[in-house]
Amino acid sequence: MTKTLATTAMFLALAAPAFAEGELNLYNWGNYTSPEMIEKFEKETGIKVTITDYDSNDTALAKIKAGGHGFDIVVPSGTYVPIFIDEGLLMESKPNEMENFSNMDPQWVDVEFDPGRNYTVPWQWGTVGVTVNTSVYDGDIDTSAVIFDPPEELKGKINVTPEMNDLMGLAIHYVGGEQCTADKEVLKKVRDMLQAAKPSWISMDYGMIEKYAAGDVAAGSNWNGASMRARAKNADISFGYPQEGYPVWMDNAAILADATNVEEAKTFLNFIMAPENAAMLSSFARYANGIAGSEEFMPEDMKTAPEIVVPAELKGAAYVARTCPPEATKLYTAIWTELQK
Amino acid sequence: MADLAQATQQRAARTRWLLLAPALVILLIAASGPLLITLVYSFLTPGDYGGVEWQFSVDAWFNVVMQRDIFDDTLGFSDAHLSIFARSVKLSLMTTVLCLFFGFPTAYFIATRPKKQRDLWMLLIIIPFWTNLLIRTFAVVELVRNEGTVNTLLLWLGVIDAPIQMLYTEFSILVGMVYVYLPLMVLPLYAAMERLDFSLVEAAYDLYATRFQVLRRVIVPLVKPGVVAGSILVFVPSLGAYVTPRVMGGGNQLMIGNLIELQFGQGRNWPLGAALSITLLGIVMLALLLYVRAAGSEEPHRG
Repeated sequence: MTKTLATTAMFLALAAPAFAEGELNLYNWGNYTSPEMIEKFEKETGIKVTITDYDSNDTALAKIKAGGHGFDIVVPSGTYVPIFIDEGLLMESKPNEMENFSNMDPQWVDVEFDPGRNYTVPWQWGTVGVTVNTSVYDGDIDTSAVIFDPPEELKGKINVTPEMNDLMGLAIHYVGGEQCTADKEVLKKVRDMLQAAKPSWISMDYGMIEKYAAGDVAAGSNWNGASMRARAKNADISFGYPQEGYPVWMDNAAILADATNVEEAKTFLNFIMAPENAAMLSSFARYANGIAGSEEFMPEDMKTAPEIVVPAELKGAAYVARTCPPEATKLYTAIWTELQK
Repeated sequence: MADLAQATQQRAARTRWLLLAPALVILLIAASGPLLITLVYSFLTPGDYGGVEWQFSVDAWFNVVMQRDIFDDTLGFSDAHLSIFARSVKLSLMTTVLCLFFGFPTAYFIATRPKKQRDLWMLLIIIPFWTNLLIRTFAVVELVRNEGTVNTLLLWLGVIDAPIQMLYTEFSILVGMVYVYLPLMVLPLYAAMERLDFSLVEAAYDLYATRFQVLRRVIVPLVKPGVVAGSILVFVPSLGAYVTPRVMGGGNQLMIGNLIELQFGQGRNWPLGAALSITLLGIVMLALLLYVRAAGSEEPHRG
């Protein structure tokens, strides 16, 4: 009897904190969540956060659709938010009624993928451009030609991020089309151009920050923040904004429809809308965040970074990435599979 | 009296089946259940954003080897899929041969050590098994990448003056797979060699056999079951390898495993992924059948 009591007491003592303070399972892109911010969140709220990584929107979509994942929050790109909503995977958690919502930069409130922000909260936003190691090639890098028609110095040293929508967007604009086009004339040019470029690529992979820094790859398509983090390790790394057109994207945190820790998840969404906390996300991942007033908490080097401040003459080349209709996506997938074989 | 014995025997048989039933039921459900789902999915229509729609279609099976050109609608062989199949089979065969090449002398070396030492040598072979596959693969990346150990050493020695591009090639996939699957070859080979009666080897030498003849006529035939078992154990997982070609191939040297993953992810074509999975299963079964027949036909020769 005594033994049973003792065991029960011990069990309760061990289990109690977990029950009392709650937990939160965050499903996010790899190497994207500021550990300092999570630590601060855990300290302030007592909620224990577990982070699981994914490397592409499609991986996240497939895993969440399959069910039984146990995650509470996911961070899809804007182009995937409508898909997540249409498939009934996100909870209408009304971030627009949360305490810290007033901090959101007005230009990111009425976005095409979630008008008025009924589902999502900005995580980070940035651009897709080209990263070049200028000690290998010191010509003009504000062009997609770096990856699609590379100079001799870069051939065989190029990595292309296997993010289909971004890459097809860059490629379509490079041959003079518009994003999401299903025009077969244009797509044929895209296919031929990509097939001709592929032999110059050494890999199509994610997670290249270390490899750029170490010189394993010398150029490639990349996200601006990832490029900036590579530059922090190797001063020769530069980021170019393709004058032919380059996508602007935003990743957004949202609560999953089948989340088990809903209150904790709401607390988290509200937490990352506080300028101070959003700034912590940015200083880790090195992208802008869509929360007004966060700038003053950001490190000095980010305010002037060439990866963040777009040169005036290249601002016009940016386009906000949209969700392409299934008939276009089908054609893109065919071109893409052929490319990856 | 005979009746009683028979009854007891029947009861014993029944008990045995009853005791086995839970395991058999679980095995049946766990083994055939997922396979059945895969088979059903391969005959459905892909959903727009992944998943399946419950509408019968043989498109997935058609697309395993054929494709309709997206621009001029002509019908042709699916070049992408066939070249990936060919690469998978080629690399798996090469992995098996190389594992045998390195594994055979290793196993022979261990089997000829004094009994006390053998456990230590086997432990050294098994230790990598305790490490996660991903970590072992990344260790090989560290060796072969441009700024990695091998290139740095060769540069320092002055053998080369620019790093050799080894990572993200078929060569690096091969190195990774041989390293990862080598223990699977050594273990059955060692098991076969340990049982080898070395007095037969001595007898062969006494009868003036050369070293090569001893190897070919005495040792190899006797350890053949180990060779076959090891080859199967290496070939089968090589064919379905996912992590190693993913990490070492850099995403543009796909093997079947990666192609299947692509269909469930960015490709958003689950039925095609399912059909490809079953095709892979078919290739593996074909290979196993060939092995079994090859092993079987040699049987009388040994006796």
